[in-house]
Amino acid sequence: MDIKIALPKGRLLNKTASLLQLAGWGMDGYHEKARLYNLKSSAYPDISAKMFHERDIPIQVAIGNYDLGICGSDWIEELLVKYPSSAVVKVRDLGYGMGGLYMTAGQAGVSMSSLRRKAGRGAVRIVSEYANLAESFALRERLGRFSIFPVWGGAEAYPPEDADLALISGRASMVPIARVLDFSACLIANRNSWGTKEFDEVIASICENCDQLPAEEAMPDEGGGREVVPRTVETGKDGLVRLALPDGHQQLPLLRLLEKAGIKIEDYPSPAGNRRPVINIEGVAVKVIRPQDMPLQVANGNFDLAVTGKDWVADHLCQFPSSPVKEVLALKSGRVRIVAVVSQEMPVENAADLRKLIDGMAFPFRVASEYVNIADRYARDNHFGRYRVIPTWGATEAFLPDDADLLIENTETGGTIARHNLKIIDTLFESTACLISNVRIRAGSPKGEKVKNIVETIRKVLEDR
Amino acid sequence: MRVQRCKGTRDLSPDEMSRFRLIEEAFRDRCLRWGYREVRTPTIEYLHLFTSAGTLTPSMLERVYSFLDWDGWSGERVVLRPDGTIPIARLYIDTMAGQGLARLFYVTNTFVFEETGRKNRERWQCGTELIGVNTPASDAELIMLALEVLESLKLKNITLRLSHAGLIKALLERLGLNPDEQTRVFDRILDGDTGALAGIKAEKPELDEILLPLLGLKGKSAGFLKNLRAISARSLPEFETHIDSFIAVVSILEDLGCKYQIDIASGAGFEYYTGIIFQLYSGKEKIGGGGRYDDLIPAMGGGDIPASGFALYIDRIIDLLESGTMPKSTGQSVLIRPKGDGEIREAFRAAGRLRDAGCTAELDLGRVESAKARWRLDIRDRSPQYVLRDLISKSEIETRTFDEILVIIEGKSGHQDSPAQRPPSE
Repeated sequence: MDIKIALPKGRLLNKTASLLQLAGWGMDGYHEKARLYNLKSSAYPDISAKMFHERDIPIQVAIGNYDLGICGSDWIEELLVKYPSSAVVKVRDLGYGMGGLYMTAGQAGVSMSSLRRKAGRGAVRIVSEYANLAESFALRERLGRFSIFPVWGGAEAYPPEDADLALISGRASMVPIARVLDFSACLIANRNSWGTKEFDEVIASICENCDQLPAEEAMPDEGGGREVVPRTVETGKDGLVRLALPDGHQQLPLLRLLEKAGIKIEDYPSPAGNRRPVINIEGVAVKVIRPQDMPLQVANGNFDLAVTGKDWVADHLCQFPSSPVKEVLALKSGRVRIVAVVSQEMPVENAADLRKLIDGMAFPFRVASEYVNIADRYARDNHFGRYRVIPTWGATEAFLPDDADLLIENTETGGTIARHNLKIIDTLFESTACLISNVRIRAGSPKGEKVKNIVETIRKVLEDR
Repeated sequence: MRVQRCKGTRDLSPDEMSRFRLIEEAFRDRCLRWGYREVRTPTIEYLHLFTSAGTLTPSMLERVYSFLDWDGWSGERVVLRPDGTIPIARLYIDTMAGQGLARLFYVTNTFVFEETGRKNRERWQCGTELIGVNTPASDAELIMLALEVLESLKLKNITLRLSHAGLIKALLERLGLNPDEQTRVFDRILDGDTGALAGIKAEKPELDEILLPLLGLKGKSAGFLKNLRAISARSLPEFETHIDSFIAVVSILEDLGCKYQIDIASGAGFEYYTGIIFQLYSGKEKIGGGGRYDDLIPAMGGGDIPASGFALYIDRIIDLLESGTMPKSTGQSVLIRPKGDGEIREAFRAAGRLRDAGCTAELDLGRVESAKARWRLDIRDRSPQYVLRDLISKSEIETRTFDEILVIIEGKSGHQDSPAQRPPSE
């Protein structure tokens, strides 16, 4: 009998790998540098495992693609708080990967009662990777009018200027308002599999060994010893330009480009994770956030200028066609193609073939993508009948062929796609890094002039190259 | 691919729809006669209209259908209307503020996110709101109106259960619960958890030994409330205000000969209720409810305006209507059958004249024979042009003039049932 298990990448990987080693699974391919996400166990031939972003695991188990899964209970609660009848059974707390989710503010003096007062005047803005838990918190605390901004990461960068609260894992350097949840790694099972399949041996091997793992040190931010960084709120200044720079792999090429333009940024990229580096232009404030989150933040006026990718701008515009976000300058770095990908085994060569294939399918066609709005638009424009878009948080190529039928993915060389035995059937568009701004910033205003100057300085460097 | 209805939704067949309309018409008719005026609000509203403190319980809010608008980058979300009353209060503040008393009614659908699909996600209700007054007579007016609608629908075993939100809140305070606990228990009671009050006792055995069991009792007269007032008068004056307002309403109901049960622990309803709460049952099925919500419009920024209202649950009443309740159609039904293509023009003309005369005239389109018609009119290509067949007596009349047909049909009008409405034994 086949037993399918979903294993975490990222923060829980090393401890989980040690646990499986203690349990004698013989799962050699499960390590940080794994290039293939499909794994086999030499001790249990019935087991097939796949590596996922931790956040995808409760969903994959709930919909029955996997019988078992290991992930943080924070992501289980994030699912259950919105969909309480999801088919997930919590089998065992594994005792590692512990942490706490905190509702935090960016400055002292914020309390639930001050927030409720604010909610009487305008919306309380909450940013988080945990959008469902954030909403549930706001409802329980009766915040009245509130807005939830789901972000891909870096939520702690937003308050106090760009959000009132951030629901984050750990307290970072923030002011905690409430402890929302304690979490740790957890073994979960699909409710139907739990009721019908026999995997007692596999479960016993995990449960009997999880106490053998070395005890975990308290998380550094749990001690409460770190001081709150005093923050100056700069939104009030007239004509201040707020610039968002990306974290992640776009940082180095961007830094080189800015240097050539004579723009210096201190502590970027920051080894300590500082999200507020200082720029050598008067009247410009910089924050470092995820490129995925930038179009929305520029649209709602939190930032005036941001360096993101054309792919994320396109995704934003698919969701909000009337958004005031516009691309003001294409950069040359970060060049990728956004492609439609299927398994090598699927007998199709293009979107038209695919539509014919879908017409004969008895079950809904599954499109997995980080770009949910582009994927949705692609499926709609190609008349894919009954389809579902499965949002993913990276490592999307692992979803084919079992857990999705089509991917909308980015690729630089096509190497990863070929290695996973997949093929490209369509190229949607080409993406590079780009500068975006908001059309509502008036040309000729002090802010508009400043934005224009920065854009023109960078444009010159690009043209000179 | 199989065509499917979305889970948790319901189709209404022609039969169900005619029952739906019957309920709606009975409701509209009664409301109009009591001086209420019909309004309709949009299906989509801003989410924050409903999240503002004290309007819906968190467990209801977790189940609203909400989504970002097309320009939702600011995070502003809209919802499919989860409740009937709050939009009416919004409408009053928006467009009727300063007009004093308003008697309004509506027929609307409300939506609730229900992931399993086993319960209805779209629910129909007809409701009234009486805005700008908070006298005992106004509470009695709503209850009597609701009962009158149900009576006109000939529903059986109607019971009226009364509770009082102010009394429940004062009680929770009296029991020494902290504000968070008070809100939580109140929410549980409003979500229909009748064991909520008893539950507190189990959790906190040191609580009031006398008050709690007394409130668990059920009463059927103002005397019950007066007894309750006698034991609590000295200890909590605030308690007394609520009991007095409660007594004032039930006294009017008693004078009007209205039967009711008082059951304080079962206050199911909405968090915005402040005064009397009433629930209507047919047998064991809850078919409606309402209450006073004096704090809602002030909390929404509409000024110090009291209000109360009720809603009847159409989906549940549809299933309870007995076939005898359906009105008999008084008009005559005629099936018109042209001989050939040459007679189609005359068939349309004849049908038009019959409809103008108050009949239901259906053209025979060749595919199905209508079993419901009382008469059949054949249009021939030769004289006499019309043959009218009585489908009950099986007799036939041939005639040249259409007026003669009208005379015959109108002569029978209202005297005989159409075949479809005769009992099957005939």
